[in-house]
Amino acid sequence: MSETKTLTPKDFKSDQEVRWCAGCGDHAVLSSVHRAMAELGYAKENYVVISGIGCSSRFPYYMNTYAFHSIHGRAAPIASGVKTANPELSVWVVTGDGDSMAIGGNHFIHVLRRNIDLNIILLNNQIYGLTKGQYSPTSKLGQITKTSPYGTIEPPFHPCELVIGAQGKFFARSIDNNVKLTTEILLEAEKHKGTSLVEVLQNCVIYNDKTFGYLTDREHKKDRQIVLRHGEPMIFGKDMDKGIVLDGLKLKVVKLGEDGLTEKDVLVHDAFEPNPIIHLLLGNMNYPNFPIALGVIRSVKADTYEVNLDKQIAEVKAASPIKTINDLLLSGNIWKV
Amino acid sequence: MTNKKDTVTELEEVVIRFSGDSGDGMQLTGSLFSDTSALLGNDLVTFPDYPAEIRAPQGTVGGVSGFQVHFGRAQVNTPGDYADVLVAMNPAALKANTKWAKQGGTIIIDIDSFTEKNLERAGCTKDPLSQLGFNDFNIIKAPITTLTRESLKGLNLDAKSILRSKNMFALGMVYWLFHRPLEFTQKFLEDKFKKIPIVVEANKIVLKAGYYYAETIEALHPSYSVAPAKIEAGTYRNINGNTATAWGLIAASEKAKLPLFLGSYPITPASEILHELSKRRDLGVKTFQAEDEIAGICTAIGASFAGHLAVTTTSGPGLSLKTEATGLAVITELPLVIINVQRGGPSTGLPTKTEQSDLLQALYGRHGESPLVVLAASSPSDCFKYAFEASKIALEHMTPVILLTDGFLANGSEPWRIPDMDKFPAIKAPIVKEGTEDYQPYQRLDKSMVRGWAVPGTKGLEHRIGGLEKMAITGSVSYVPENHEVMTYEREEKINRVADVIPDLEVLGDKDGELLMIGWGGTYGHLYTAYRELKKEGVNLSFVHFNYIKPLPKNAHDILKRFKKLLVCELNTGQFANYLRMKFQDLSFQQYNKIQGLPFTVIELKEKIISVLEEK
Repeated sequence: MSETKTLTPKDFKSDQEVRWCAGCGDHAVLSSVHRAMAELGYAKENYVVISGIGCSSRFPYYMNTYAFHSIHGRAAPIASGVKTANPELSVWVVTGDGDSMAIGGNHFIHVLRRNIDLNIILLNNQIYGLTKGQYSPTSKLGQITKTSPYGTIEPPFHPCELVIGAQGKFFARSIDNNVKLTTEILLEAEKHKGTSLVEVLQNCVIYNDKTFGYLTDREHKKDRQIVLRHGEPMIFGKDMDKGIVLDGLKLKVVKLGEDGLTEKDVLVHDAFEPNPIIHLLLGNMNYPNFPIALGVIRSVKADTYEVNLDKQIAEVKAASPIKTINDLLLSGNIWKV
Repeated sequence: MTNKKDTVTELEEVVIRFSGDSGDGMQLTGSLFSDTSALLGNDLVTFPDYPAEIRAPQGTVGGVSGFQVHFGRAQVNTPGDYADVLVAMNPAALKANTKWAKQGGTIIIDIDSFTEKNLERAGCTKDPLSQLGFNDFNIIKAPITTLTRESLKGLNLDAKSILRSKNMFALGMVYWLFHRPLEFTQKFLEDKFKKIPIVVEANKIVLKAGYYYAETIEALHPSYSVAPAKIEAGTYRNINGNTATAWGLIAASEKAKLPLFLGSYPITPASEILHELSKRRDLGVKTFQAEDEIAGICTAIGASFAGHLAVTTTSGPGLSLKTEATGLAVITELPLVIINVQRGGPSTGLPTKTEQSDLLQALYGRHGESPLVVLAASSPSDCFKYAFEASKIALEHMTPVILLTDGFLANGSEPWRIPDMDKFPAIKAPIVKEGTEDYQPYQRLDKSMVRGWAVPGTKGLEHRIGGLEKMAITGSVSYVPENHEVMTYEREEKINRVADVIPDLEVLGDKDGELLMIGWGGTYGHLYTAYRELKKEGVNLSFVHFNYIKPLPKNAHDILKRFKKLLVCELNTGQFANYLRMKFQDLSFQQYNKIQGLPFTVIELKEKIISVLEEK
């Protein structure tokens, strides 16, 4: 892919007026994507952004790249077709919790299993926004919405669990208001070869306002978030005095300095470990007993679909006497009259 | 076939139906006989007729698998209505197929299989043999199982494998009956089982045993021969509809100089196209076996956006699942070939049987005003031509095209004169080149109203497309009421203008007169044969067959209006007839319909035509 270092985030903005609600978390994510793409330095024409349906899926119209706003739930297969056809392109999918985990659930698991080199940004606001406030597959149990006036009775999906269950090799999490972290993660996602799933916790200011308020609250956020980075110990808190340790088969939050615990007792993040058990435990950490894990939780190298396909084509081509349609037509049992 | 005392009797044409349990290898047996006959220069058409279950309960009527081949020294266009020779490997096969045996024909049965248990499995209250009049048929009761076992005594082969080769005994008998050499089949066996030499040997021994048995027994009538057909000079091969479809797509990809991408999900009877294209990595074909029908078409739409010749293949229920995404291809005006191998419906219906009942789904089965091109192939081998044509129209007119084939064409095979690829036209997709200034995604380029195709990776042409209504010319999102109307008409008119490039409809027979028989798609062989035979008998009849359904050929109305009676024959309740009624409201159409999961027979078509002609 040709690299041109001269582009700025502005170059990736389209001329269309951004029509998300004021205060919507999507604005910040858009900004992160513009920044990441400028930072990556690929030529504009080599980016393709594909979305399905939902608030988040309006994304392509605000990108000055090749982009495709498709139909509900189907961004993953459309992107799979683009990438399989032309592996040289940098292909991004923007989706939401309804789009990817309800109507597009089947595609979601299969794109991960195939490990096609796509960057999937999952904007998770735990609600249907565009259809005006119905519960989604990630809405909290008991959540009151237009379709659950007495509270939902369905347990929610946790994207990290689904990703790992589908043999996903890359999972990261950010939060909409942290543009810097989102940008950093998106760069990692693009560098990772294979399907990179980036969950962005995103506030819906109209239908699910402050659903992540406990996490963004200025006073407590450092105690309620932990940014994981490969090779670094899992320490967090306002005073950087809390750590995460493995206690039997469970994780535990400990206070450093108490019971003789030091930094050395704390888990060191290994995003590259193929065994997903710890990644699953980290991804599932939840308020109020744990901090929410942000950053790249899992990043494991594996073959990608489109590379293996091209490899197989090259091998079969080299070994086959059939080079053209004419060769094919004249192969096997033929006879002259 | 008539009984003659000569040692070898020359025949014009013969129909053979092989039938047995679905595990008896009847499809292979039939294919081998067909291949040998084709190599000897006969013209032929085949028709496999098998149950949906891979292994239905053994010995039951539901589990009977049949393969019919019609071969002759003159042109053959159908697999034949009734069989001159019926091979029935068990009572169920005999029970299921007696109605397809021609009076006076030969029936070969494996008498060893007529046990009480098998008769019971077949649900025969009486022995079906006793119900066949001996004067009506020449019945050969061959102890096939016993003789197969006997002939393999010397080999160290397990009982199951021994029984599996009894189809070769039947094939050997039929080869003798029609003076066919064994060598092609022997060669096939050597290739097919080259890793298990004992199986090659066993099959060859049994094949010969059957051949010699037929020669030896006195009960068998003198053998018959069918001379080679007088067919156009050229290089030939056997081909079935699904393979021809797959190859037509490859040919189009070569002529368009664009890579071929197939996104598909397995479904009977279309899976073979996916199988064939999956083999063609050597020609750079990318096949993507998707998680479902929707992903099948969506990956194809993605590949189309990325600049490939993109295809999705399916059958009726799958076409239903693809409808929403088809609408996306319509509004984004991306080239896409959708192949629907029709089967009996609705729902799972008759998955292995043929029908033409998806016509209206192809034409109208989408939300919104959603026009696209619909074509239909009419013989196994011309699936090649129409797959090529579907690709050409899709690419040159930037539109989805639905190509309708059906189970009969897909599985049926015929000898095919291999076309000269140099005579096929180049395909010129409107790909926009780098450096083009002021690219507008929905600017109409010329009279065809096609838009330019700017492929990701091309510098300076970055643009957005999607499912929301677009502003004319710029393609940006537009909710302007008048614009939606403009765009709706533009999309419709663009499809209508495909009529400028398709061939005129041709009439067989007089250009005006009493009766015009009208057909479309996979019924061509039967309709044509009925037409040809009636003409020979001096009946005043003309015939047109449609391959271009939407848009219709420009001269369609001119042709139809010159006849007093118009008879539309199709394998549904009258979908094409109703389409024509809507298009040509000044004309009046009669219908002849069949909805049995089976092709027409020539006999029933001829009877219908005569009766329509006799009506005042």
